[in-house]
Amino acid sequence: MTTTEHGEQRAARPAEPARTRPPFHRRHRSGLITTASIVVVLAFWEITGRRMNPIFSSYPSAIVRKFDVQVRSGLLPQALLDSLQPLLLGFCVAALIGIPVGLLIGRYRAADAALGVYVTAGYAMPLVALIPLFMLWFGLGFTVKVVIVVVMTVFPIVINTRAGVRAVPRALTEVGTSFMASELHIVRKIILPATVPHIMTGLRLGIGRAVIAIVIAEFFTAIGGLGGQIILAGQRFDTAGLFVPVTVLMVLGVGLTHLVGWLETKVAPWAGPADTDQD
Amino acid sequence: MTDPLAEKEKPMAANQAGVSIEDVSKTFVTRTGKQVDEVHVLDHVSLRVEPGEIVALTGLSGCGKTTLLRILLGLERADSGRVLVNGSEVTGCGADRSMVFQNAQLFPWRSALGNVEFGLEARGVPKSERRRTALEKLELVGLGHATDRRPDQLSGGMQQRVGLARALSVDPAVLLMDEPFGALDAQTREGLQAEVLRIHRETGKTIIFVTHDLDEAVLLAHRVVLMAPNPGRIDRIFPIELPAPRTDLVTVRGRKEFGAQRHEIWHRLMTGASAQAAAEPATT
Ligand SMILES: Nc1ncnc2c1ncn2[C@@H]1O[C@H](COP(=O)(O)OP(=O)(O)OP(=O)(O)O)[C@@H](O)[C@H]1O
Ligand SMILES: [Mg+2]
Repeated sequence: MTTTEHGEQRAARPAEPARTRPPFHRRHRSGLITTASIVVVLAFWEITGRRMNPIFSSYPSAIVRKFDVQVRSGLLPQALLDSLQPLLLGFCVAALIGIPVGLLIGRYRAADAALGVYVTAGYAMPLVALIPLFMLWFGLGFTVKVVIVVVMTVFPIVINTRAGVRAVPRALTEVGTSFMASELHIVRKIILPATVPHIMTGLRLGIGRAVIAIVIAEFFTAIGGLGGQIILAGQRFDTAGLFVPVTVLMVLGVGLTHLVGWLETKVAPWAGPADTDQD
Repeated sequence: MTDPLAEKEKPMAANQAGVSIEDVSKTFVTRTGKQVDEVHVLDHVSLRVEPGEIVALTGLSGCGKTTLLRILLGLERADSGRVLVNGSEVTGCGADRSMVFQNAQLFPWRSALGNVEFGLEARGVPKSERRRTALEKLELVGLGHATDRRPDQLSGGMQQRVGLARALSVDPAVLLMDEPFGALDAQTREGLQAEVLRIHRETGKTIIFVTHDLDEAVLLAHRVVLMAPNPGRIDRIFPIELPAPRTDLVTVRGRKEFGAQRHEIWHRLMTGASAQAAAEPATT
């Protein structure tokens, strides 16, 4: 839509040299290399895996067969659902807590002095160590999974939101002040939108940690969900059955992270390419 | 404190305000590690701006023009001295003043229209009304066709014009502008200069603006205030004697007085820069 008024000008200029489209293999060079790499690794795995003891290893075709069986029996969809529900709920709760807290401690020094130390500690410490305590408090059901996801996800969200608030140029908030905007108006209409790219980065890191958190939670607590499937398969020496939920988790992690990354470009189109700090 | 000049202009009194800068000083303290630096930015600056007057501030880079404007706006506090607008002391930002910032300072997530609406929104103007006003102001600065574009889709000059529209949207009695037309091409700049003069004729706003362009200073202002650096102070004030309704800027530029006045300021600026130590007291 930005080109509408330049349309005529452009037409008046000498025609651009007709760009010849590069051939298919040029345009998708890195994609082709990645695909080839995956094919080679899978083929290697298939060949070597078949020669090994099935207790210690498995191979792609066996995993695919197992996958098919588990989908038909409804076992896998059920496990996925059992994991996905606390994961998404926990993630949303973490976002609903993390974003306001991040805004608060980013904006107000006193709030940061009061709460910042816990945020730093929570981000740095291995929160897995607290899981036995959470089990004492919340039992072994759905609740404890949600709690573990929240606790492990909330800190990167808070930290990134706070960093985002700190990065808002003073000049922009001063525009608000100069037009007599109230503090609430400044926070809602200047700080929050200016921080959106950072918040989205926090959410992207958070969703990755949420996937890790749900697996750990299921390892520790209940037999259920994808994590539970992994434990069960391991106990039964069912190596192919173990790889099925592992693969699903991998796809889930990559997919959710990409989804948030895609949202990032949708909600903050002005921000250009997202910063590339990864966990 | 009653102002005789404000009294005379009764019909516009509601939207007119004089500005009185009284003995304003400002020092910035910067800390880099253990080193503490004091920058004496403004040194006992006094200036009276009549209601409806246009004053241009000019002078070398770093002589405190932006700082003075920020103090007038209320974003910065003077260390000593005070500023009165329409007789009441400035203690913070006010509804009677707005500013066109040096680098536009638009919100990158808002469209041009949204940016212009911001000031009205902050003041609780209902949606339909602020939309109408914002469109009107964008039209005024020649951006009626680009209302939906975000700042990253606008050129620097267009951004600056959005900044002007935003400052005008709240209908301030005192309009402050910090190098508003610096990034514009000559044609657009002259168009906007004429626009500012037209707005001034119609509304009688007090306008205080910073410029490095002496042509612009002489063309627009009733008085040009030349500042000198280290510490920032008023070096000299040049009243501009050009015929009152400066409607046709091209003709004004061609006049003998225009060139003479411009040269006088330029000469003082250059000699002042080389012989700073021998600064003489400001002449009013
Ligand atoms: N917040 C601040 N902290 C420390 N020093 C500052 C601050 N703001 C301005 N200064 C200093 O004050 C001096 C005057 O700055 P100011 O921006 O008012 O100059 P100016 O006349 O507007 O210059 P220019 O024409 O380049 O815009 C400069 O030396 C600058 O370094
Ligand atoms: Mg400046």
